[in-house]
Amino acid sequence: MKYNKKIKIFFAIFAAGVVITASVFFISGCEKTYSSQVRGVEYAKLTHAPLVPPPITRNHPTKVIVNLETSEVTRRIADGTEYNFWTFGGQVPGEFIRLRVGDEVEFHLSNSPTSKMPHNIDLHAVTGPGGGATSSFTAPGHTSVFSFKAEKPGLYVYHCATAPVGMHIANGMYGLVLVEPEGGLPPVDKEYYVMQGEFYTDGNFGDQGLQSFSLDKALKEQPTYVLFNGAVGSLTGKKALPAKVGETIRIYFGNGGPNLISAFHVIGEIFDKVYGDGGTKVIDKDVQTVLVPPGGAAMVEFKVEVPGVYTMVDHSIFRAFNKGAVGQINVTGAPNTTVYSGKQKDELYMNPNPVNQNEFWGGIPDANKPGTGANLSESSSGNSNSIENIKDMGKNIFSMTCQACHQAEGKGIPNVFPPLAGSDFLNADKERAIGIILHGKQGPVTVNGNKFNGVMPPQNLNDEQIAAVLTYVYHSFGNSGKTVTKEEVNKIRNQKVVSFK
Amino acid sequence: MNSLRIKYLALLLIVTAGCCFSLPSEKNKSSKMAYIAGGEFTPLYKLNNGGSNVIVKPFYMDVYPVTNNQFLEFVKKNPQWRRSRVKQIFADHFYLKDWQNDTTLGIKVDGNSPVTFVSWFAANAYAKWAGKRLPTVNEWEFAAAAGKNKPYAADDAEFNKKIIEWYAKSNGNKLAEVGSAGSNYWGVYDMLGLVWEWTYDFNSALLTGDSRNDSGTESNTFCGGGSANATDVKNYAAFMRYGFRSSLKANYTIQNLGFRCVKDIR
Repeated sequence: MKYNKKIKIFFAIFAAGVVITASVFFISGCEKTYSSQVRGVEYAKLTHAPLVPPPITRNHPTKVIVNLETSEVTRRIADGTEYNFWTFGGQVPGEFIRLRVGDEVEFHLSNSPTSKMPHNIDLHAVTGPGGGATSSFTAPGHTSVFSFKAEKPGLYVYHCATAPVGMHIANGMYGLVLVEPEGGLPPVDKEYYVMQGEFYTDGNFGDQGLQSFSLDKALKEQPTYVLFNGAVGSLTGKKALPAKVGETIRIYFGNGGPNLISAFHVIGEIFDKVYGDGGTKVIDKDVQTVLVPPGGAAMVEFKVEVPGVYTMVDHSIFRAFNKGAVGQINVTGAPNTTVYSGKQKDELYMNPNPVNQNEFWGGIPDANKPGTGANLSESSSGNSNSIENIKDMGKNIFSMTCQACHQAEGKGIPNVFPPLAGSDFLNADKERAIGIILHGKQGPVTVNGNKFNGVMPPQNLNDEQIAAVLTYVYHSFGNSGKTVTKEEVNKIRNQKVVSFK
Repeated sequence: MNSLRIKYLALLLIVTAGCCFSLPSEKNKSSKMAYIAGGEFTPLYKLNNGGSNVIVKPFYMDVYPVTNNQFLEFVKKNPQWRRSRVKQIFADHFYLKDWQNDTTLGIKVDGNSPVTFVSWFAANAYAKWAGKRLPTVNEWEFAAAAGKNKPYAADDAEFNKKIIEWYAKSNGNKLAEVGSAGSNYWGVYDMLGLVWEWTYDFNSALLTGDSRNDSGTESNTFCGGGSANATDVKNYAAFMRYGFRSSLKANYTIQNLGFRCVKDIR
C-alpha cells in the first residue's frame, strides 16, 4: 500500500508539473506574440538626464503624444560661469523620449514665449524631409504639431535644425529618442542618459561670469568646453551615477556635437555589450572604447563587480582633463578582491641596471658619460695624491649626492635616514660602505643602536669619485679617518657576488 | 563727406517737421525719421533670378521703433485694432497682451518702450495710418548693416559679435525704452539689440508664396540646407534674422517683435 501511495504521489506531482510546464509555455508563448496594430493613446513621459523613462511593457504600438518645449535659459556651465543655453525642456541635453517601434507619434513642439529665436526639431528617428524640422519650425510663443510613425528601432539623436543650425546645436539643442524594438531591450538594473556636446565661449575654460558664444572658435572647431550633460561636474561628486556591486548598467550615450567625435570610455570598466551606431543589436562584446559621432548614439552595458568610483571620459583625453568631459559612476557594495585586489604593496623600485640614477636623485652629472663630470676629473687630475684635494672633491660630491638625505653634518634624519656622523655601521666596514654606494641598500639596518628600514639607491659615481666621497666622510663628522682608494672601489665593483650585510 | 552729412541733416529736419504735422499729438522725439541714402546691397540669400545684389533706393526710416504710446494713439483712433475687437485672422490671441486693457497701457508696459505683441497686419495698418509703410527686408537689412561710424559693418567681427550676443540672450521681463540700444551711421536707433522688427515682405526671402504653405524654398532654412543658397555663410547674425522672419505668420504676435516705419522720398 505504501508503495502504491508513493506512486500516486509521484503521478500527482508529475501531472502538476506537466500542467505548470504547459501553462508556462503557453504564457511565454503569448508574451512573444507582438501586435503591430496601434491601440490606445498615451502621453510620453519625458525625463531630464541622467534619468531615462521606464521601459515600455506594451506588446503593441500605440498613439503617443509628445509635448516638448524649447526655451532659452541662462544656466551654470561651470562653477562661477554661466552661459545662455538654448534647450529642449530647459536643460542640456534635451528630455529623453522613449517610444516603441510602430508607435504613431503626435509631436507638439512649443517654443517658449520668452524665446528670442524660432526653433524646430529634427528627430533622426523620423523618416521624412528634415526629420520633422520643416513641420516643426516654431516662432516664440507658438506650438507646432506634426506626426510620424516610429518605423525603425534604435537610439536616435534629435536636435534643432534652424539656421544657423550650428549655433542652435552649439548652444545645447539636442537630446535622445529611443525607439524600442518589439519585446523591448533586455532588462538591466540601471539605465542612465549621458550626452556629450561641446561649447564655444569667448572666454577661456573657467573664465568667470556670463560667457557668450564664440563664432570664431566654432568655425575653427576649437571648443572651450567638452561636456557630459551640459555642465562641468554634472555627473561628478554627489551627482555621480549610483550603482551597486553586481548590477548591470546600461548607458544611453549620445553625442550632440556639433563638431567633435567622442571616444566614450569608462575608466576601469569593459563594456560587456555595445549596441553600436545607435542600433538595437549587440554588435560587439568586451569593448574598451566606443566611437560616437556627432548626431550619433550608442548603448553600452556593463556589470559592475568591484566597488569604487568609475570615471566616464571622452578618451580624447585633453577634453576630459582640460575641457570638462568627465562623469562618474559610484559603485557601492562589498569588495571583490579576486576581480580586483586594490593596492597590495608599495615599495621603491630599484633599477637593476642604473643608467642615470644620480641625475634622477638630483646628484652630480653622470661621470661615465663623456663630457659630463669633467670638472671633477680635471680638478682631481692635478694633485690627485693630495688628501686635501681628495677631501675637497669628496665634499663636493657629498653635497650634491649624499647631503639631501644624510644632511650636511652627516647626522641623517631620525627614523628615516641613518647618520654617517660617528656611525658604528659605517666605521665598522669600509668595503661594505663601498658596496652600498655602488649597489644601494634596502631593508633593516641598525646604526648607533637605532633601527632604520629604508632604501638607498645605487649611486652612479666612478671609482675615483666614490673613493673621494668616502674618504671625505671618513675624515669628517667624527669618523675613523680611514682613506679609501679608487683601487679598493674598483675591487668591490668587480666582485660578482655582492654581499649586503 | 561733411557736406553730405549736412544734406542728410537738412532732410532729416524737413521730415521731422512733416511727421509732426501728420501726428500733431505726438510731441516726443519718437516720430523722427532719418534719411537712408540707399545703395547696392547683397542680401543673405540669392535672388530668384540667381543674382546676388540689389539696389536699395534712398528712403526715410523712423529713428526709433514705434512705441507703446504711439500705438495707443493709433488704437484709440482706430477701434477695430483694439484688443477686444481685433479679428483672430489679423492678430493671434497674444495681441497687445501686456496692456492693461484696450486703451490703457497699465503697469506692465512702458509707454516709451517699443510696442510688441503686434501682428504684421496691425503694424501695416499703423504704418498706413501714419502715412508711412513697413520697410522691405532689403531696406531693413541695408539700414541695419551700418555700424556706428560706417554704412556697412556686416563684415566687422566685433559688430557681429555684439549682435550675436544679443540674439543669444532670452528676453528680459521688461523692454527698455527706445533709444537705449544706440544709434548707427544713419542716425537710426535700436536696429539691433532691442526688439525684432516686422518687415513688409518678411516671408519673401524663403517662401515662394503664402507663408502658411509648408513647402517650397522654406526648407532652405534647415540644417546644412540653410547655407545652400546663402551669399555669406559666416553672417550668423543675418541667418538668425532670416530664420526668425521665416518662422512668422502675419497674424503672429510675439513678446519682442515690434516694428518701425519708412517713407518714400517724393
